Amino acid sequence: MNLFQEAALVAGKDLRIEARARVTLQQVLPFGLIVLLLFAFALDPDRGVLRRVAPGLFWVTVLLAALLAISRAYSVESENGAIDALRMSGLDPAGLFLGKAAAVAVELVVLEAVLTGGVVLFFDVGIGSLGPLVLASIAATVGVAATGTLYGVLAAGLRVRETLVPVLLLPVVSPVLLGATRAWEAAIDGAPSDAWPWIGLLSIFAVLYVAVGMLAFGPLLEEA
Amino acid sequence: MTLLKPAFGRALGWVTLAALVVLALFGLWGAPPDAVQGDAQRLMYLHVPAAWIAYLAFGITALASGLWLWPRTRSMVWDRVAGASAELGVLFTALTLVLGALWGRPVWGVWWAWDARLVTTAVLFFLYVGYLALRQVPTSPEARARRCAIAALIAFVDVPIVHFSVTWWRTLHQQATVFDPSLKANIHGVMAFTLWFGALAFTLLYVYLLDRRYRLAALEEGRDDRELDVAIAERVAGAGTPEARRPSGSVEAPAGVSR
Repeated sequence: MNLFQEAALVAGKDLRIEARARVTLQQVLPFGLIVLLLFAFALDPDRGVLRRVAPGLFWVTVLLAALLAISRAYSVESENGAIDALRMSGLDPAGLFLGKAAAVAVELVVLEAVLTGGVVLFFDVGIGSLGPLVLASIAATVGVAATGTLYGVLAAGLRVRETLVPVLLLPVVSPVLLGATRAWEAAIDGAPSDAWPWIGLLSIFAVLYVAVGMLAFGPLLEEA
Repeated sequence: MTLLKPAFGRALGWVTLAALVVLALFGLWGAPPDAVQGDAQRLMYLHVPAAWIAYLAFGITALASGLWLWPRTRSMVWDRVAGASAELGVLFTALTLVLGALWGRPVWGVWWAWDARLVTTAVLFFLYVGYLALRQVPTSPEARARRCAIAALIAFVDVPIVHFSVTWWRTLHQQATVFDPSLKANIHGVMAFTLWFGALAFTLLYVYLLDRRYRLAALEEGRDDRELDVAIAERVAGAGTPEARRPSGSVEAPAGVSR
């Protein structure tokens, strides 16, 4: 098997578990929608504030939900010594990393699609140019999934995993929040030329952390 | 146990103290007040050196982490240096932010501004607060060293990305004075001297504190090892009695072996 077949195997396993247990669907997705509702309570919905700050709220919500998705990605490995099986499976650690990250990314994309619907419906946001919006979202999602998977394995097996991952991950992904929010603002305003530099930055972040993850996943899995 | 020879470390402590006293004298009285900002500008002699040390400390953490990960140079020395330097980095970053806020209030009129360098420094602070939190998690020294070394490098890779993204986003901070090539001599001689001397004094302080913190880390590890030996000895000695064979509750493994 080559690297990508191994990654597909691992991603398929994680997504199959998700399809059967439906934890992300039944818990993480409603969580995201609840956060959008809470933002409407916190910020006055009548004065157009929500529409103006919608991109930022959207990405903050995605990051919070991503924390749950990452936590879930490793809690399925902690039962029945699954992580030991993963370690001894003989699969390339880089492939394992790509697979786990891809599964998280797919879950996040589904979540983002639903949340985009929520933002359009509830926050009265019109989308000017869809292309840059989708590209920025994909680049940001890959970056978040890669860093999240990396910090997830770093904290896997530690008793303080649930509290440690946010404090490690959120500062690292702060440029993703910044870039994705600015790109979304440009795309919503129908000014795609302003979005491209940010999409470039998001892509560099994604590529860099996918590379770091492929290198670092093996040694971290040894300790998990 | 220490990075420096003990006698040298003690001497360095006294030299550092003397340098800080001289810096205070120059900063408060030796250097003239700024033409525009008046006495408020004197905070520069602490703020800029503190920022310099923060960057130096995080750089040393990244370097030491890399040296730990490189199989040929792997040694617990580098793990301790990385941890000690990161703690100092967080300390000096916090100092930079607090001094900057005190300086910003009279000069800019606000404690905090969403300026590129301020935001980058704040993100840097939180990046390494997370790293220190990871260091506090009890686990075996080897596992902790590996985790922390990788985490330090992941965080370090992020610094330029944070810097560029935030710089695109917004830039109020005054331009760098000393390293600006177009403005060769725009700073009074005594002021420049005080600033450079401040950087030197803070560097000495950094090296001194790093040595102290390193020694403390080494002592802590020694204590953990000894506690483990004592616990094992007690367990072996009590193995014959029925109470010891059947513990009533789950027994916490001593720090240093638990995961």
